[in-house]
Amino acid sequence: MRDISFGQYYPVKSFIHSIDARIKILVTLLYMVSVFFIVSYTAFFCMFTLLTIIIAISHVPYRIVLRSIKGLLFLLIFTAIINIFFTSSGNSLLSFNIGKLVISITDQGINFAIKMALRFSLLVLGSSILTFTTTPTELTDALEVLLKPLTYIKIPVHDLAIIMSIALRFIPGLMEETDKIMMAQKARGANLDSGNFFKKIKAMLPVLIPLFVSAFRRADELADALDARCYNASNKRTKMKVFKLKATDLISFFVFVALVVLIFLDKYYIGAMVPSPDLGGFDVQGLDIFVYNLIKSISG
Amino acid sequence: MPIVIKNLTFTYSAKTPYEKKALDNINLQINEGDFLGIIGHTGSGKSTFIQHINGLIKPQEGEIEIFDLKLTPAKRPKVDLRALRSGVGMVFQYPEYQLFADTVEKDVAFGPKNLGLSADEVAKRVKNAIEIVGLDYEAVKDRAPFELSGGQKRRVAIAGIIAMQPKMLILDEPTAGLDPFGKEQILNLIKYLKTHCSPTIVVISHDIDEITRFANRIVVFNDSHIVYDEPMQQLFKHSEHLQEMGLDIPRAVKVVNALRERGIDLGDEIVTAEDLLKAIITRYNATHSTNIDENAGVFDMYDFSQKWLTSEEREALGLITVPKDDTNVDNKARKSTKKFGLKSEKKNKSIKKEAASKNKVKEDEE
Repeated sequence: MRDISFGQYYPVKSFIHSIDARIKILVTLLYMVSVFFIVSYTAFFCMFTLLTIIIAISHVPYRIVLRSIKGLLFLLIFTAIINIFFTSSGNSLLSFNIGKLVISITDQGINFAIKMALRFSLLVLGSSILTFTTTPTELTDALEVLLKPLTYIKIPVHDLAIIMSIALRFIPGLMEETDKIMMAQKARGANLDSGNFFKKIKAMLPVLIPLFVSAFRRADELADALDARCYNASNKRTKMKVFKLKATDLISFFVFVALVVLIFLDKYYIGAMVPSPDLGGFDVQGLDIFVYNLIKSISG
Repeated sequence: MPIVIKNLTFTYSAKTPYEKKALDNINLQINEGDFLGIIGHTGSGKSTFIQHINGLIKPQEGEIEIFDLKLTPAKRPKVDLRALRSGVGMVFQYPEYQLFADTVEKDVAFGPKNLGLSADEVAKRVKNAIEIVGLDYEAVKDRAPFELSGGQKRRVAIAGIIAMQPKMLILDEPTAGLDPFGKEQILNLIKYLKTHCSPTIVVISHDIDEITRFANRIVVFNDSHIVYDEPMQQLFKHSEHLQEMGLDIPRAVKVVNALRERGIDLGDEIVTAEDLLKAIITRYNATHSTNIDENAGVFDMYDFSQKWLTSEEREALGLITVPKDDTNVDNKARKSTKKFGLKSEKKNKSIKKEAASKNKVKEDEE
């Protein structure tokens, strides 16, 4: 329980940590959108290289960042397999019948599956860099600022932000509580780890019930504490930490925007300039063509 | 059979920035029949330590020998955890937070059922355990545990452990968050358990005055090490060091130390208020050739001053002499003795201090 790494802040000092949280959120959003526009293997390669560099700058060990993808590995492999089997366009490499169903593995299917897996890992890795380098408080504060325009259409952004920050703040506490209750029930001979799926669920009841009771108790206490201090979310409140943009924040933002422009060029422009060579099943697009031509001209 | 802990070391979240060494090379032997108190700061490793004894945490380094079982970092052979947990009962801090069943009876039955006992045996043990903790079995068995009061909930939770009939009982801060009355009940219960249920008891507590009331041996944890492991009477020779570590010492010991500073040595072995009272009376008898019964029980400062002090001594202490049958004045006088006994700044030093300490003792008793 203590070792869950996804979404956990990693407390070291680095350039990435020091970037304005608003910029980081914007960049991450841009990044997530642009990942879906990457078409060529070269661009994927560039993106991974860039991520590697960013992680190096952020001083978060690779081991820890990679751990965040470990939990989603099953999902990743599962979607890849589904993609391989159920893409029917392209040249069939292998086909077989199951009853009336004809399943064929095509070159496009394989390319698509690989790219999907790459995209997925880019998404997870990229967004985990955000949570590794930004404290939950910074995150919610920044989100509140970014969503401020929504107050004009009567969406209570501040309330939502406080709900989110409280939720984030309670996660470690509840984890600890779960740990404790599990231990207490184990000490009473509860067997929480073995048996089949349904047995396991039933065995978790002695953990879940006290956990819910305590979650409600905590929520109650917190509400009372907020009340006792006359907390009122709708009033104009000042911030303890006021965001201030630094020059480096802007520079890193524009560097990233340049990268996104490159990705779009790759998809809509570069590939269209020259015809793509036929390399059998291997999917060659956009920047790949340049790389291919480059390799060809060097090797003669 | 003693429980032997050798070179136990444990680190939380190893190789991350959250890394924390909780235990560093711990060696300890817990003998059968020990009434062991463990004290230490929050984060000194004491909770981690007791979780090891119960097999809730696997040792990272070192080993634990307990009831013919051996807990080691090795994956094999697998330890029979059920045997271990039926042998070592563990009452966590705020144990009432682990209650989950819809009736008290079912909740207490959870442990023994997990041990795989027959339904008859389970029912017998449940009834027995609920009665031991001082609850009315018929009255509470069908009630929901969440309806009970705080103290009652805690006793139900403890009953859940006792019903497993462990040979050894570990309690982590058993009185935390209870009112004085509830505390008293739990402490008496622990004493009762020691003689009637599990011969070996380990208690973690922050309240040193509480732990000295029953422990015969105290282990002090500081900064993931064991600093002291001594019989209770011996531990407070190290009062100064204990206080440097930020640990409290019993009030009686504080009084003894204060008296020693002023030249009155009552000896090293005083830990509880009762000990202190006895020592003071004995000394007073010796120096004043009086004959006060040292086992007189509850000590009454007012009675004492009226009966045993001369009028000059009373005056020196700022005490008033009043005829005893006048109850109204009597009560006032009692109050004033408390106030003035400490504040008076007249001579007759030694008597004054002795009386002051007695005053303190009286407060302790109350």
